[in-house]
Amino acid sequence: MAEVRNAPGTQPLTPGKAGLGVTQRQDPWWAEWLGTVVGLGILGVYAFVAAEMGKGQWGPYLSPFYSPEFLQLPKLFHVATLPAGIPIALIPLVVILGFRGTCYYYRKAYYRAFFADPAGCAVGEARTDYAGETRWPWLIQNAHRYFMYLATIALIFLWFDTVVAFFPGVGGHSEFGSVNFGLGSFVMLLNVILLSGYTFGCHSLRHLIGGKNDCMSCEPSRLAGWKAASKFNAKHMQWAWASLFWVCATDLYIRLGGLGYLQHVEKWGGWH
Amino acid sequence: MPEVNFKVFRGNSEGGEEVDYKVEVTEGMVVLDAMFQIQQTKAPDLAIRWNCKAAKCGSCSAEINGKPSLMCKTRLDTLDPSKPVTVRPMRAFPIIKDLVTDVSFNYRVNKTIPPFKPKPGTDWKMLQEDVDRAQEFRKCIECFLCQDTCHVLRDHAKHEQFGGPRWLIRAASLEMHPLDVEDRIPMIREKLGIGFCNITKCCTEVCPEEIHITDNAIIPLKERVVDRYYDPIGKLIRIFTGNK
Repeated sequence: MAEVRNAPGTQPLTPGKAGLGVTQRQDPWWAEWLGTVVGLGILGVYAFVAAEMGKGQWGPYLSPFYSPEFLQLPKLFHVATLPAGIPIALIPLVVILGFRGTCYYYRKAYYRAFFADPAGCAVGEARTDYAGETRWPWLIQNAHRYFMYLATIALIFLWFDTVVAFFPGVGGHSEFGSVNFGLGSFVMLLNVILLSGYTFGCHSLRHLIGGKNDCMSCEPSRLAGWKAASKFNAKHMQWAWASLFWVCATDLYIRLGGLGYLQHVEKWGGWH
Repeated sequence: MPEVNFKVFRGNSEGGEEVDYKVEVTEGMVVLDAMFQIQQTKAPDLAIRWNCKAAKCGSCSAEINGKPSLMCKTRLDTLDPSKPVTVRPMRAFPIIKDLVTDVSFNYRVNKTIPPFKPKPGTDWKMLQEDVDRAQEFRKCIECFLCQDTCHVLRDHAKHEQFGGPRWLIRAASLEMHPLDVEDRIPMIREKLGIGFCNITKCCTEVCPEEIHITDNAIIPLKERVVDRYYDPIGKLIRIFTGNK
């Protein structure tokens, strides 16, 4: 069998710039990249638009983008602003974006998807001025734990909203009955369960709850917390996608209901 | 016997090319077997670094069809036999000859990490749950595939500013050790350059020992750096409570 000499290889032999998308990988590495671009793109745009549109309420159901409810009072909605000029009504969106934007999983997802940094493993890049997370604006990633604190507060409100969906009187909405086992109640329940799973698996939470200790056995309660957070953390990506999808689906359900498209769905067990 | 076409990089630091070799495939063969067959029947001067052929010594790292992999752990029946199989040296390190690269960069980085330092008069009893984390990192076989796939080294050649995932897990195994008292956080930030890691997890994807490099080592270290440098409220709380 004769040797066949080919043209010189196409990749540089030493570390350095290879060029955007240059790779010898033969597997469909781009499929994950494309899926992330499409998924994050669609859900991200939806979240922005939904948060700006208003009308995130239908009967006893409150869209997660508009929780807590008191932020939506006419006196506050798009009138009162934070010092940074952010309308108070958009605080939930800022918290959601801040928490997810600095999340260790989403960082991987969007650095790959939107910055091609890299688009896939062992796939070439275009950038030459890479500094990672050592400079602004990426130093903001170090604030992830602060967004986690805010998101945890938001999660408490979302659980309260879910209780209100089942028992409208708790939230001062007794006009919708005392008990409401409507489809929307269960849509909201699944939403907070998924958001809780995502939040409890947060890397920062896992660190703060016990991971920062060197002697794990010295504080058994923190060790137990770390073990529990680690279980959620092992599937953080799955929780992240499921909760992102369902938070948008929950908003869409409540929005369509508010527009009058879904009333018949709620008739079997809802407040109608 | 079926034959598979291999395109193997032949060359040195001055340049090289892919050379085609046909290899007769038998059941259970791995890529390293194919390289042996080429060495024995066609190219006795083909340079390969290998040792155990059991995925435990970390010597035979290469890029197979563009993916950083161990040659001894990549079975031919996992590859498409209708297409040529490319085998190239790791790109993050300078080439010596053919598939052999100069990985001495790694040993230089290792020397900069302060070694294990116990308290004077340490009681050497440890509970398993205290060393579980460090033991995961001890599985590392130093194949340097994580270093090779890391784009900070591979594409941006930040070898002077960034130590790479292998050395971050070593630093993590020491930092998380229950009996170690050395403070490595400043050097993890400054010398190992942990901020350059943008956690795209390629190191975890290629690790043949399936160590959760990013989730269990790099991110916890990033959080410890945040504790020290970027969390003013946490710092205040620690000052007032006296906690770590």
